[in-house]
Amino acid sequence: MSEITPELVRHLAGLARIEVTDAEVAQFASQLALIVDSVATVKAAVNDDIKATSHPIPMANVFREDVVRPSLTQAEALSGAAESESGRFKVSAILDAD
Amino acid sequence: MSFVNKSASELSAMLASKEISSVEITQAQLDNIDRLNPKINSYLTVTHEIALAQAKEVDELRAKGEKLSALAGVPIAVKDNLTTIGIETTAGSKILKGWIPPYNATVVQKILANRMPILGKTNMDEFAMGSSTENSAYGPSLNPWDLKRTPGGSGGGSSSAVASMQAAIAIGSDTGGSIRFPAAVTGTVGVKPTYGAVSRYGLIALGSSLDQIGPVARNVMDAAMLQDAISGPDAMDATSLPESLGSMTEAAKNDSVKGLKIGIIKELTGEGFQAGVSERFQEALDLLVASGAEIVEVSCPSFQYAIAAYYLIQPAEASSNLARFDSVRFGLRVMPEGAATVEKVMAATREEGFGPEVKRRIILGTYALSSGYYDAYYGSAQKVRTLIQADLAKAFEKANVLVSPTAPTTAFLLGEKQEDPLAMYLNDIATIPANLAGVPGMSLPVGLAKEDNLPVGAQFLAPAREDARLYKVGAVLEKLLENKWSKKMMDFAPELRVN
Repeated sequence: MSEITPELVRHLAGLARIEVTDAEVAQFASQLALIVDSVATVKAAVNDDIKATSHPIPMANVFREDVVRPSLTQAEALSGAAESESGRFKVSAILDAD
Repeated sequence: MSFVNKSASELSAMLASKEISSVEITQAQLDNIDRLNPKINSYLTVTHEIALAQAKEVDELRAKGEKLSALAGVPIAVKDNLTTIGIETTAGSKILKGWIPPYNATVVQKILANRMPILGKTNMDEFAMGSSTENSAYGPSLNPWDLKRTPGGSGGGSSSAVASMQAAIAIGSDTGGSIRFPAAVTGTVGVKPTYGAVSRYGLIALGSSLDQIGPVARNVMDAAMLQDAISGPDAMDATSLPESLGSMTEAAKNDSVKGLKIGIIKELTGEGFQAGVSERFQEALDLLVASGAEIVEVSCPSFQYAIAAYYLIQPAEASSNLARFDSVRFGLRVMPEGAATVEKVMAATREEGFGPEVKRRIILGTYALSSGYYDAYYGSAQKVRTLIQADLAKAFEKANVLVSPTAPTTAFLLGEKQEDPLAMYLNDIATIPANLAGVPGMSLPVGLAKEDNLPVGAQFLAPAREDARLYKVGAVLEKLLENKWSKKMMDFAPELRVN
């Protein structure tokens, strides 16, 4: 049996910063349970001796010369922002007032 | 009719000999888009003025005798998950509606450097999550072979555009089959190059260790020319391959498969595959054998875990990649009622801006990466990846290329699998292993299934960095089939009735 409960979906959605409606919670819980059940096969297919592959074509320490090159202007970087002020991105309060 | 039925290589030759101008081609292409796109919904944005200005510029350069690239003047469609300066880029999502990127993807930069007019941005499943374009926030694209059916996904905008003469060539991106599956169900050629062959800079990321940009075309040579135009190392993408993979255009001139060893992947044939798909696939193999290729059977037992591993790795990577849509730097911002904190603004924005499949995968990915589950899920999936690479390495000891049908079925009906994510994911059974292993894959049309008269695709796989092998075998098979049919694949397509 799968361990995807509505409470877990709510918790995960909270971690992922997505508000979810009750209807979505119910729908996702059952759909995710199906998927999680099916991926249980993955656990059964592997053992401790198999190395994990994170990248299909391994490469390490790819550097470029540390030289100044053209980049976005401040105005360009801010051009997609919902709100900006004094050359900065503007957001709502970080902390709750109460 | 006009130039819109011509392939990119034909247009390239006609432009070089000054038989036609890029403005004429581009205008004809735009006219066809204006006629068909309202119905088929291949393009989210059509860039009339930009395309014509670029076409005029390349015509002027040609008139001056400037040395131009092979594809100069040939108009192209670009998938909407590649950033384009001054052109709206949404990745099929509501959260990016209206976003005008301040930078170009490297591939877009290369298209501009090759002086190919950009016709517009093509439709896709939201953030490339899907196999049908039904997850696009802007409605699905339709399959030109049967308007009730999907053109595949996520790149159904590019595949339907190329299949309906709304572009000769297009750019796609392939994370689990998003170039190859749409190609298979629309009778077009689609290639996922070796991971890193094409820079991902400016590609709105889905699964960073899986994503690869590639060509969509109506024939093998066109795909080869486009892959050559967009590949190469890029300082902006640390995973781009430092070395050149050689000329695909040269490879596509190959005319012999004598002595070529073709491995049939045992696990990707027979049961679970539509009869008409298997029949056309076998017929293609018979043609290759009659021309001197040798068929060997190979086994890749770990492929049975590929979909399950993929649906852990890809959502995990997507959940982190999509964290950037936070209402701060770009895209939608939704203000909840009352005194909201930035965190509440983010949550309200992401609830409003993301569609159900995107939310589902972000939540699944968050789960796969959460402490306590990480080793069991994400860690195990990464190990499956090792097993799949090992299976492929072993198979390539016996064969130069591997082959299977690209997809188990022909194009399915819109709505048919929308409520059943697992059924939807099964379309990708043959395409996903290449993404997990980083190897290149090509889907090539091999005719129509008897039972529904819809296109069937065969998929070839080659070892990493050996993309040229795909073009060599693809070019020969394409010619063998065209000789057998006495026409081209697209000549089978029904006439499109719009209005």
